[in-house]
Amino acid sequence: MNWIANNLGQVGQLTLAHLAIALPPIVLSFVISVPIGWLANRLRWSRGILRWSSGVLLTLCVLLYAIPSFPLFVALPSLIGTGLRDPVNVVVGLTLYGIALMVRTSADGLAAVDPDVRQSATAVGFSGWSRFWRVELPLSAPVLLAGLRVVAVSTVSLTTVGAVLGINSLGTLFTDGFQRGIAAEIATGIVVTMAIALIIDAILVLVGRLLLPWVRATSRAGGPRMSRSVKQAVVT
Amino acid sequence: MNLLLEAIHWVFDPANYGGPNGIETRSGEHLALSGLVLLIAVVIAVPFGYFIGHTGHGRALIVPLSGGVRALPTLGLLILVALNVGIGVVAPVVALVVLAIPSILAGAYSGFEAIDRRVIDAARAVGMTEWQILARVEIPLGLPLLIGGLRSASLQVIATATLADYVSGGGLGHFLFLGLQTNNYPEMLGGSIVVIVLALASEGLFGLLQRLVVPAGVAARQPKDVRLRPVRSQTALG
Repeated sequence: MNWIANNLGQVGQLTLAHLAIALPPIVLSFVISVPIGWLANRLRWSRGILRWSSGVLLTLCVLLYAIPSFPLFVALPSLIGTGLRDPVNVVVGLTLYGIALMVRTSADGLAAVDPDVRQSATAVGFSGWSRFWRVELPLSAPVLLAGLRVVAVSTVSLTTVGAVLGINSLGTLFTDGFQRGIAAEIATGIVVTMAIALIIDAILVLVGRLLLPWVRATSRAGGPRMSRSVKQAVVT
Repeated sequence: MNLLLEAIHWVFDPANYGGPNGIETRSGEHLALSGLVLLIAVVIAVPFGYFIGHTGHGRALIVPLSGGVRALPTLGLLILVALNVGIGVVAPVVALVVLAIPSILAGAYSGFEAIDRRVIDAARAVGMTEWQILARVEIPLGLPLLIGGLRSASLQVIATATLADYVSGGGLGHFLFLGLQTNNYPEMLGGSIVVIVLALASEGLFGLLQRLVVPAGVAARQPKDVRLRPVRSQTALG
């Protein structure tokens, strides 16, 4: 407790640095993934080479997620030409992870929209573009939100790994605490990181309640159910 | 790109093999550590998961707990444990087991929950005892999802075991930390490549296993996707 009181300024500063690294990947990966997920889902319905390429797209995402974070942060500078201790590496790396998780979820969420609903929308005169924005996106939003929550929590937690490379975040409390042998410093880092993750998660749930008032009504009938693979992704 | 070539060259350079710091020795350590962690995690998580899946008790407690563990930064836990038990292999094992448990637990109980309730009712109706239902219905039918949980746990553990060497726990992280200290990019990248190959191999292996453990009867019954558009299952009449 004493340690926290004496180092409140440092903890605050590192928290801000942590947020500056963790927030962009959460937003970026969501914005990038939904169109890719839409494309993957769209291609799934076509034939031949296009259908095959959808499988390739989703497999690529799995492979991307299989790359360990620490080696990725180490490898990225030489691939994108940044410095070894540039926070941009972590932002890019975490965005890639977010995309790897989110593309699959978006594709599954969009695929889970009831085909009858989709056809009805076409029948009453929606164009492809407005059908996406006003029918498919709102109906798959609960699944997208569930995926986004997973991305947000794991991104906040993974941001700490950058500290091993000397990139400042709450993880710096771990490496610094280890070198100086202060358990309280490490414990503070763990608690604050978890608190940030859970606060962002709670904000996302709240935003979901406000923006998606139809979720409770549709979860009983007709709405897109989470497919088993999505559920599995969300629980694991 | 030049660096990538140098890194690949590093991976295949015979000078980097043999001795206590050879690539094969470090890979062996890495896999042994990951295997031990998975074994311990399975022993802890599977009975709990089966209990939750079979009885339905404790789900409300476990689900938010698993979410909380996902928010737990493994690096912090690793270092905190290392500070208490000393550097070496114990701290990575503890931290990685905590990391692996939620996926395996979720795989175990979601495997049970995904079973059609009528199948279990039918098993009960033909006179199976609870233990028989568990051993002969639920465990075989839940196996693919359990392996799925094991698959994501294995991926996470192999990836994160790279950090073990930060507290002198050995493994492939050695090359990354050493390269980092000496600004040896080919070594860092080369070490990364070896870890990535191991992670992908684990993905492939468990993916294959996941297909193999689907019981023959279930595999035969899965309907072929003849029509993409599902037939309306219920008609709503007055």
